[in-house]
Amino acid sequence: MSDTTSAVAARIQQEVLAQGAGAPDLLDNPAAVTLTDVAVDFGAVHAVRRVTFPLAANHVTALVGPSGCGKTTVLRAINRMHDRSGGKVTGSIRLGDQEIYGRDAQPEVLRSRIGMVFQRPNPFPTMSILDNVTSGLRFNGIRNKTVLKEAAESALQSAALWDTVKDRLDQPAVRLSGGQQQRLCIARALAVEPEVLLMDEPCSALDPISTSAIEETIVELASEVTIALVTHNMFQATRCADLTAVFLLDNDDHIGELVEYGATQQIFSAPSDPRTEQYVTGQVS
Amino acid sequence: MSTDVIDAPAPSSRDADYLARRELIQASARNTVKRRRISALVIRILFGICVVLVLIPLVALVYYVCKRGIDALSVAFFTQTPTPPGIPGGGISNSIVGTLIICGLAVLIAIPVGLLVALLLIERTGPIPTAIRFGADVLSGLPSILIGLFAYSVIVVHTHYSGWAASIALAVLMLPIMIRGDEEAMRTVPGDLWEAGLALGARQSRVVRSVVVRGSIPGLITANLLGLARAVGETAPLLFTTIFTTTFTLDPKQPMSAIPFVIFYDGTSAYKNLQEDAWGAAFVLMVGVLILSIIGRTVAARLTRKSR
Repeated sequence: MSDTTSAVAARIQQEVLAQGAGAPDLLDNPAAVTLTDVAVDFGAVHAVRRVTFPLAANHVTALVGPSGCGKTTVLRAINRMHDRSGGKVTGSIRLGDQEIYGRDAQPEVLRSRIGMVFQRPNPFPTMSILDNVTSGLRFNGIRNKTVLKEAAESALQSAALWDTVKDRLDQPAVRLSGGQQQRLCIARALAVEPEVLLMDEPCSALDPISTSAIEETIVELASEVTIALVTHNMFQATRCADLTAVFLLDNDDHIGELVEYGATQQIFSAPSDPRTEQYVTGQVS
Repeated sequence: MSTDVIDAPAPSSRDADYLARRELIQASARNTVKRRRISALVIRILFGICVVLVLIPLVALVYYVCKRGIDALSVAFFTQTPTPPGIPGGGISNSIVGTLIICGLAVLIAIPVGLLVALLLIERTGPIPTAIRFGADVLSGLPSILIGLFAYSVIVVHTHYSGWAASIALAVLMLPIMIRGDEEAMRTVPGDLWEAGLALGARQSRVVRSVVVRGSIPGLITANLLGLARAVGETAPLLFTTIFTTTFTLDPKQPMSAIPFVIFYDGTSAYKNLQEDAWGAAFVLMVGVLILSIIGRTVAARLTRKSR
């Protein structure tokens, strides 16, 4: 057991070193989204607390940590998905200088600026491929056919799906394979041209080929979109993310917390928190 | 999935004017949010009106039954048998006990049969289950008076009016509701749980017992209580199978009175004290059904929470 974990740790270290010295000024990037002392409660159950970190504009930030430590909960707080699931969000989350949970915030408008890709591909089953991609635009009142078509092509190209589906845009989306469906969902989110894209383990249901295609897409998109990526896969974090936030369960009361935030390279090679070191080297169950 | 064809990554194929498009989309989102909210509000108001329209007759009915019924209640109402017409006092104890026994026996007959038939529908495919399902659907749409006539000609004609005959008639009435309800409840158990059980080497019948039935207990309770609630207030089958008596009996082999009789006969009688008894009986019946559904829902909710 310890042999394998140390082998994994060594491989991660190697990958990190192979990527060379990261830019030290990563932490100076302007923030697209700022979370300050965020906590989420479900009734009497505290899911996660003391979360303070930024999503650096036009960079990829990975949220890593063991199951149940609140990564997804925090991610869903950013576009107010908890409005529906009954979670209560306290603290401050700002998109630019706008308070997301502010009194005058309009959730619909916010969500058109903050897109989301879910763990399992969830294309609308009754819609065609094209209708899926343009659905977000139509929800937001855009009817111009040319605009819709252009946006769809651009989004499908970004999601590396255009050449595969361009001749069958009218077919039902559910006829695509799992990996293709997930890329369709990414295209659907991108078509709205969000400033921020939240991705909740987007590759966990996919095979390695689809996974690496989506990882490439993520890296490419980072020049235009701020991305938050929840992942269980350390390698994925090192491959895709410029910055990493590590979440762990508090030892005493088992509530999720943010324990460290920094450049991915630093987190995996020289973590400042001993708990992070234990986790990234596989010494935490 | 592994046969996916992945497009070659298209470096910077994305047009640089995404910023312009982002501007356009966000402007559209901002500009239409008011209109979208107004249309949502209009629809919500329409919903509200429909809710009120549904609630008016319901609230009025409940209010009226409570108002007239509570006046009729007394200790004697629950403990004594009816007095002759025109003479005040007395109660409907014989009918309350009759309804409890008739419905209790009906449930004891219908629940096991319904559950077994539902299991058959779940486990087997082919013409027989399809035929049963179709039969159950037809039966549940059948007017209850036909079931009464059937029970009369099959049971009463060969024996006599009795609590048993009424129980069997009500059991037949409940059965299709319970079968279909049980089946639906068990169908909500996801297919991968079936497969998980089978993959551990369990026989299908064992999987059904340990995984499917257990996982659907809350739904089963709801389905069976729905069946019971439907039957408690049924009058037509009773008219054919038992008699409105004033004698108190615990023996289902005897003719037994039941609460719907009180409502039916006393409610239309000319005597004021009998009319009052009918309203009291209606109130008791209503509260009884209410308690049944509250118990059912609480138990189901508690079981669901425990299994999570």
